[in-house]
Amino acid sequence: MLNYTIRRLLVAIPTLLLISLVIFLLLELAPGDPMANVPLTVPPEVKQQMREALGLGEPLPIRFFKWMTQFFWIEPLNLIDNIFGTGFAEGELRVISWQWRSSVMDVVVQRLPQTLWVVGLSYVLGTLIALPIGIISAYKQYSLFDQLGTFVSMIGFSVPTFFTGVLLIVIFSVNLGWFPSIYDTTHVVSDWSSFVFQLKQMIMPVSVLALYNAAQISRFMRASMLDNLNQDYVRTARAKGLSERVVVLVHVLRNSMIPVVTVIALGVPQVFGGAIITEQVFKVNGLGQMLISAIQANDLPTVQTLTVIFAVLIIVFNLIADILYGILDPRIRYD
Amino acid sequence: MTDIAQIEEGASRSQWWDVWDQFKTHRGALIGAVFFLLLVLVVFLGPYVWTLDYEATNARARNLPPSLEHPFGTDRIGRDFFAQMLKGGQTSLAVGIAAMLLSLFFGTLVGVVAGYYKRLDGILMRFTDLFLALPLLPLLLVIIMLFRDPLRSAFGPETGIFILIVVVIGITSWMQTARIVRGDVLALKEREFVLAARSIGTPNVKMIMRHILPNVLSPIMVSATLGIANAIITESALSFLGLGFPSDFPTWGRLLFDSTDYLQQYPERVILPGLAISLSVLSVNYIGDGLRDALDPRIRGR
Amino acid sequence: MNLKATLLGAAAAFALAPMAMAERGSDGQLNIIYWQAPSIMNPYLSGGTKELEAASLVIEPLARYDETGAMVPWLAEAVPTVDNGGVSEDLTSITWTLKEGLVWSDGSAVTSEDVRFSWQYCTADGGGCAQSEKFNNVVDVEIVDERTVTVRFDAPKPFPYGPFVGAQAPIIQAAQFADCLGPRAPECTDANFNPVGTGPFTVTEFRPNDVIALAANGNYRDPAKPAFATVIFKGGGDATSAARAVFETGEFDYAWNLQLAPDVLARMEAVGKGTVVSAYGTSVERIMVNMTDVNPDLGDERGTAAHPHPFLTDINVRKAMSMSVDRELLNEVGYGPAGRPTCNVLPGPEIYASAANDNCLVQDIEGAKALLDAAGWEVGSDGVRVKDGVRLSVLYQTSTNAVRQDFQALIKGWWDEIGIETELRNIDASVFFGSDPGSPDTFQKFFADVEMYTNNFDGTDPESYMANWECKQAPRPETQWQGNNMPRYCSEEYDALVAEFAGTAGIENRAAIAKRQNDMLMQDYVIIPLVHRGRVAGHSNALGGVVMNPWDSELWNAADWHRVSN
Repeated sequence: MLNYTIRRLLVAIPTLLLISLVIFLLLELAPGDPMANVPLTVPPEVKQQMREALGLGEPLPIRFFKWMTQFFWIEPLNLIDNIFGTGFAEGELRVISWQWRSSVMDVVVQRLPQTLWVVGLSYVLGTLIALPIGIISAYKQYSLFDQLGTFVSMIGFSVPTFFTGVLLIVIFSVNLGWFPSIYDTTHVVSDWSSFVFQLKQMIMPVSVLALYNAAQISRFMRASMLDNLNQDYVRTARAKGLSERVVVLVHVLRNSMIPVVTVIALGVPQVFGGAIITEQVFKVNGLGQMLISAIQANDLPTVQTLTVIFAVLIIVFNLIADILYGILDPRIRYD
Repeated sequence: MTDIAQIEEGASRSQWWDVWDQFKTHRGALIGAVFFLLLVLVVFLGPYVWTLDYEATNARARNLPPSLEHPFGTDRIGRDFFAQMLKGGQTSLAVGIAAMLLSLFFGTLVGVVAGYYKRLDGILMRFTDLFLALPLLPLLLVIIMLFRDPLRSAFGPETGIFILIVVVIGITSWMQTARIVRGDVLALKEREFVLAARSIGTPNVKMIMRHILPNVLSPIMVSATLGIANAIITESALSFLGLGFPSDFPTWGRLLFDSTDYLQQYPERVILPGLAISLSVLSVNYIGDGLRDALDPRIRGR
Repeated sequence: MNLKATLLGAAAAFALAPMAMAERGSDGQLNIIYWQAPSIMNPYLSGGTKELEAASLVIEPLARYDETGAMVPWLAEAVPTVDNGGVSEDLTSITWTLKEGLVWSDGSAVTSEDVRFSWQYCTADGGGCAQSEKFNNVVDVEIVDERTVTVRFDAPKPFPYGPFVGAQAPIIQAAQFADCLGPRAPECTDANFNPVGTGPFTVTEFRPNDVIALAANGNYRDPAKPAFATVIFKGGGDATSAARAVFETGEFDYAWNLQLAPDVLARMEAVGKGTVVSAYGTSVERIMVNMTDVNPDLGDERGTAAHPHPFLTDINVRKAMSMSVDRELLNEVGYGPAGRPTCNVLPGPEIYASAANDNCLVQDIEGAKALLDAAGWEVGSDGVRVKDGVRLSVLYQTSTNAVRQDFQALIKGWWDEIGIETELRNIDASVFFGSDPGSPDTFQKFFADVEMYTNNFDGTDPESYMANWECKQAPRPETQWQGNNMPRYCSEEYDALVAEFAGTAGIENRAAIAKRQNDMLMQDYVIIPLVHRGRVAGHSNALGGVVMNPWDSELWNAADWHRVSN
């Protein structure tokens, strides 16, 4: 397994380079113009000068090379500088956004807290709710609990968050006045009352997203449990006199986890990708909002940086999932 | 020769009859299937009965409440909402089902091949990683820029866009299915019955069709259910971004999106399309449940 | 001395404005929401409206426009004119004098050096200054003394108020930006996020595309202002949620650009927590008619003057399209109190507005049909008019936006009625308004028969705006599809008027030419104006002092905003 991990990590480097290249070319090919948001009153010649000031006049291979060194070399050096107070990257040009004309990574770091608080927490919550629901629904298939779970999760998945979010705002912010409809990203938790405020502003976006995540994961959990509950080994285990609890929660659950682990691992990078619509509805302004506004403004350096960060996370978490398969089912061998 | 063919045909028919018999006993599945069929009939045949034009605007009949003349009321520019729901249902259901099938096909193919053939696993899974990493919006912009006009001239504006949207949603949503199917296949491959089948020399293709596929059916069914919902909602997001159907082409997702601002004034306009999407997804879910049970020989006949 | 001056100033302010009882910082926090978040505080590096307006709280120009479009001195003592000797007789120079005792928020004095530097900053090579057009024809900004500068032009300028006037061309501090000229502009992150200014507020924290925290400027020239101690300037979301935060939950005091369906906005206002304010500038939602053939088979010559459009070159068709539109209804559906039907592409200021075309305000479907009949366009079996094998079938494109899609649906209905078949297309705004020469969907390439969008001009002088429809402004391959003449309109008579405009002084004469240009475009029906759009914002009933201004930044008088108890 160690061998396999090392080999996969080595393969990850060319994969990542290839993905970066594909993303870069895709963004180049995509129609769009960083000057699209500039008012029509600004004449075309001025827009052309602005484009050149962004570095758009240079040929494509040079821009790609520049961006690669900035992203894979200078930005990590900057990170080291920040942690250890060294000066390796001093004077080197970092990845600069076309919108705010300053470092992209600084803003990524600025956005991380709210994304992790809201999207991350909702993912953890969603998973924690989904697993027991999935297990019980499968164990008591077609019981009232199962039917109710199915109904709620299907509604939760099929009604888009742009609607559930607005519905919650209308009920809880407008009519009841319980929670703020706009998330304050500058809020600092320092004492009990500020913690309560943080809870209040998080509760609506977190529940919208948690419902959506829970719906998806619980369906896979249920299906996979159902598959395994009918297997011969379950009958054997029961025949051996193992308690029902041990049979279900140890043997069946362990064998049912493979698809669930896959789904959860696929979801984690999306946590960092933020939840574009939910963030917009509640004005959380996390990484999702950062990505969508960069795409709308055609801020290519920011889009590239964010998507390649996601690519790294996707590769890492899919690797983790593959390693977990081996642990859950020791018969799976990759060598 | 003919005899053998006949026998085989007979055998397979009786197998499908078995499946049907089992399916019939699943009450949820039956209700789901009947409801779904009804929905399809209503949205596709409805416009022949309810002949109001979904496009016709009427300045004097804007924002009407539900009445006999307009059972679902009219929208902000006086279009009959019921006619729009019917037309929207045609598009949404067609896109949802077609895109789901496409994504399921891709996902299952990649997943099974990657899980079964060790040599292809690495390359196929890195390919999946690549697709997972691609930013969706710029990808769509590129696809639409490159293919909209050729498709429009080859198939006309409506069919051209339909193909484009189904393909776009299909090729950007197969990855989860692929990863899940592969994970299950990796585990199945080492099970006793597969090893046994291999030891008697079962060829690979037959092995996949007979032993592997039926056993990964339940995650595929779940993916199908989630896939339909996902496709319907993605389609509405595309139309909203101006990348989907022309704006005079209603879909359930778009009706829901457009009405969200009117949530407090005309709640029925939000609830109706939301309910339509949810109920179709729910019924597909029950059909999936029933199919899975019916195709599982261990359950069948019990 | 200093204390005495302050006291005197305060006494003077009291004597002059007995109404302003508030003292600086007494009214707590002001919450502003812009649903598009500003990304930088330096308007010279971003032409976007949201950035201009956010920056206007901090940095200010020498003079700006008030809510009527009149110029008012801001950092300058007076607005220079030929009459008061500030503008030279030959119209080649203008001399500005700064107010006495002006200081930056860091306490240092504002001098003519700063004014000169602002010009140098924007015109430095490689800086990509978004406002460089404001400094067109400026050859030098001479320092006369500590408080006086003379701007010299290389040609007579009948309208010399480009530089340092309006939110687009504010004065920035020379000391802070000295090392940020040209290509080094992006390196000055601190200066770009937190400029030292003369305005009522200073930035305390800037988060790009998210939120700006500001505090009252301790050195602001009026010691009693601003009334608010701090400002939170939040960005993100959409127009509906911004309106909801002001009108329904009361979390915010001011929301910008509330482009919502009128009935939604009216219902929210009826809750009673806030007020909708609007004002009319020069924005017109219009349909551009393509005079060239965009058949894809033409290859490189698609959409150029080499191939005239098969049927839109017939003025009767264009006129019928305009006649069949019910502008009243469009406005009622799309803009309500924030718009009014118009028949002009140049709707304001008042003195420039023509009344010669107002008959278009009444929809005339029958008249349009009769016109087409008379022109020989006969209704075919499918209801679409045909003449000599040419079918009246148009592709109608616009950017993606709920109101525009409603307009498309309504107009399609009317055109169907008069026998013109319409296919609709909507395009993502970042592609449509971009000028990527590789994309077929930009509004400049205009590979469609008609397209709809809004345009306006800065300030109050329409000269450069009306020059948009010169022959040479037509986008074509040789110009990399740049240019503002989307209809590819070309008339010698019109071009002559453009030249005459550039050499005419005196507002009456200029207005006469502008009106003639407008009427020419309207009576040729190459542009079909629909709605004169106003700026629309909402403020809470607990916020006083808001004066909606369509000619400058909406936040132009934020120093006067104050809390009112209701």
